[in-house]
Amino acid sequence: MRVYRTARTAMTALGRNPMRALLTTLGIVIGVGAVIAMMEIGTGSSAAIQKSIATMGANVLLVVPGTAASGGVSFGAGSVTTLTPQDGEAILRESPAVRNVAPIVRARTQVVYGNRNWVPQQMIGTTPAFLDIRDWTNLAEGEAFTERDVLNANKVCLIGRTLARELFQGESPIGREIRVKNVSFRVVGVLGAKGANMMGSDQDDILLAPWTTLKYRVTGSTLGSPNQSAAATTGSTVNTLNRLYPSEAPQIYPKPSEAQAANTPLMVRFTNIDQLLAAANSPEEIPAAIRQMTEILRERHRIRDGQPDDFTIRDMTEMTNTLTSTTRLMTNLLLCVAMISLVVGGVGIMNIMLVSVTERTREIGLRMAVGARARDILRQFLVEAVVLCLVGGAAGILLGHGGSRLVELFLRWPVATSLPAIAAAVLVSASVGIIFGFYPAWKASRMDPIDALRYE
Amino acid sequence: MELIELRDICKTYRLGDIDVPVLKGVSLQIARREMVALMGASGSGKSTLMNILGCLDRPTSGQYWLDGREVSRLSADERAQLRNQTFGFVFQNFNLLPRTSALDNVAMPLAYMAGHLSERQARRQAREVLERLGLGDRLDHHPSQLSGGQQQRVAIARALVNHPPLIFADEPTGNLDSRTSGEVLQLFQELNREDHITIIIVTHDAMVARSARRTVCIHDGLLQDGAQCVPSETGAEAVARPAGPASLAAEMGGSG
Repeated sequence: MRVYRTARTAMTALGRNPMRALLTTLGIVIGVGAVIAMMEIGTGSSAAIQKSIATMGANVLLVVPGTAASGGVSFGAGSVTTLTPQDGEAILRESPAVRNVAPIVRARTQVVYGNRNWVPQQMIGTTPAFLDIRDWTNLAEGEAFTERDVLNANKVCLIGRTLARELFQGESPIGREIRVKNVSFRVVGVLGAKGANMMGSDQDDILLAPWTTLKYRVTGSTLGSPNQSAAATTGSTVNTLNRLYPSEAPQIYPKPSEAQAANTPLMVRFTNIDQLLAAANSPEEIPAAIRQMTEILRERHRIRDGQPDDFTIRDMTEMTNTLTSTTRLMTNLLLCVAMISLVVGGVGIMNIMLVSVTERTREIGLRMAVGARARDILRQFLVEAVVLCLVGGAAGILLGHGGSRLVELFLRWPVATSLPAIAAAVLVSASVGIIFGFYPAWKASRMDPIDALRYE
Repeated sequence: MELIELRDICKTYRLGDIDVPVLKGVSLQIARREMVALMGASGSGKSTLMNILGCLDRPTSGQYWLDGREVSRLSADERAQLRNQTFGFVFQNFNLLPRTSALDNVAMPLAYMAGHLSERQARRQAREVLERLGLGDRLDHHPSQLSGGQQQRVAIARALVNHPPLIFADEPTGNLDSRTSGEVLQLFQELNREDHITIIIVTHDAMVARSARRTVCIHDGLLQDGAQCVPSETGAEAVARPAGPASLAAEMGGSG
């Protein structure tokens, strides 16, 4: 009731001089409008930057098996085989922070097409989820292999741009058969170009196949010799060149006899995979995803409390840091500009309010004479300033929003409506009104009614 | 009991290092339902006395009993409340809010009342007062659309809207021609006679003073009890302003 009447009095007082009220608010309108427009454009670009950094794998998590150790000698990460595809399925099912999981089986060997051959830097057996995790779903040609291909261990593959260029030299690879260790794969698609990663290695030099195919048809062991012809000759076929070019690695340790092997059975799971690749919902959810994945994997691997993990989860900390610092820098920059323009607007408000107080000295005196207390006068002028600022803020929000829409329409910049920015603009314009309206209002309330009444 | 009783009121202004006494021990009693004209030449201290009577200012020393209550030592907020509920003010230059309707001008003091009226009640009360003063067809007019006499009647309506027992009028006819002056004075007499409102008019115009039942003269900070006031013609003060520190101080305190 009282607030309503005070606000109404303020509106009436402002309505008595609409032109001046308009000019006064103009500072705030432009300030808030600029802030909103910049925040929206900024958030849009920031989201675009985030997205493009995310394609480099900022929210990707890599699970590698733990280390094997024998007699105090450890063999480094990934030297035991403890991860199974079922681990990946469990993570996807049970961890809410994880968007997608793909198993990874690695190989490194020669790829042959016709009279050309090439050893791609990465030969990865996986599921179609891999493309989603690495944000690689836009193919240059053809289409991705499917879950059914994975289940059936179909001999299909996707190849990267570099591999396509090296093997096919301009002709379309779709539908062609390439050979990997004498297994022929039909090329179903060519991946879009991704360029080098942060370490400078070429990400397009890649072959993707269903992990079942790669595991069961190409490599029994994870890392074979890259020399395909050598691998082909390790069979029982008699080849006189074998002695000249021994293809088998020299055996350091004596081979265990069958009795020995039976006495010390190796813990072999039915299928194991080399790595798991998981994507968190967003870079912010990476810590939560790591926590949940650790819990799930420890449970599945039956690790007691206090025992070390038999796996390691790696995140792209470097990329995430780059991402967050870029975003923070941008936000802070925008905030600085926002502050400056709002302070300028606030000074404008203070200026006009001071003029207004001087001009309305007689009115103040009169109000005091008919019974207004100092705090009534203070409240009246403060509310006037706040009303000015809020109305200006509202107009500024509309202006800024419209402006950013125009920018989106004509310049095709990415724009995102930012609700926090709008809330902040309302809050800031109200506080600007209070802060810069206080001094004039205080000055008004300190007037002597006698002097004020006689003021000419 | 008297409505107003002043005992030995002194008011001294400080101008830099010198103390300038404006009121030098004024004692005055005003009964209920009286209509008093407060006369005096420019610089005699009548405006200062008026300010003290209206609780706009506080005396340096002395006691001011209003309706049996010592009010000279009240805080600013308490005085504001007193002004709101007990006094009505009418000014020489009307002091209406510009670009504001007569109705809103009259309803303005009601916004500061302790016991709050609703917006609608306030407007109804304001309308009633305006209609009583014959301005029922001017409710939505702005001051600039009203004649001087009408403006002063709006100002009187504003003074009456709180139903105060006491009205102070500071040169209420100073900006009006003689015909409208007469009307305004007649209105005051009517209010005094029919509504039993105590009215104190500050003036330097003998003709105005004559409309009051009692005239109190102030000269050089002292009341001249019973004596005939120095008749001062309208406009004479502009020609012959008494010099001296007292008049200067009075100017500081008010228009004199």
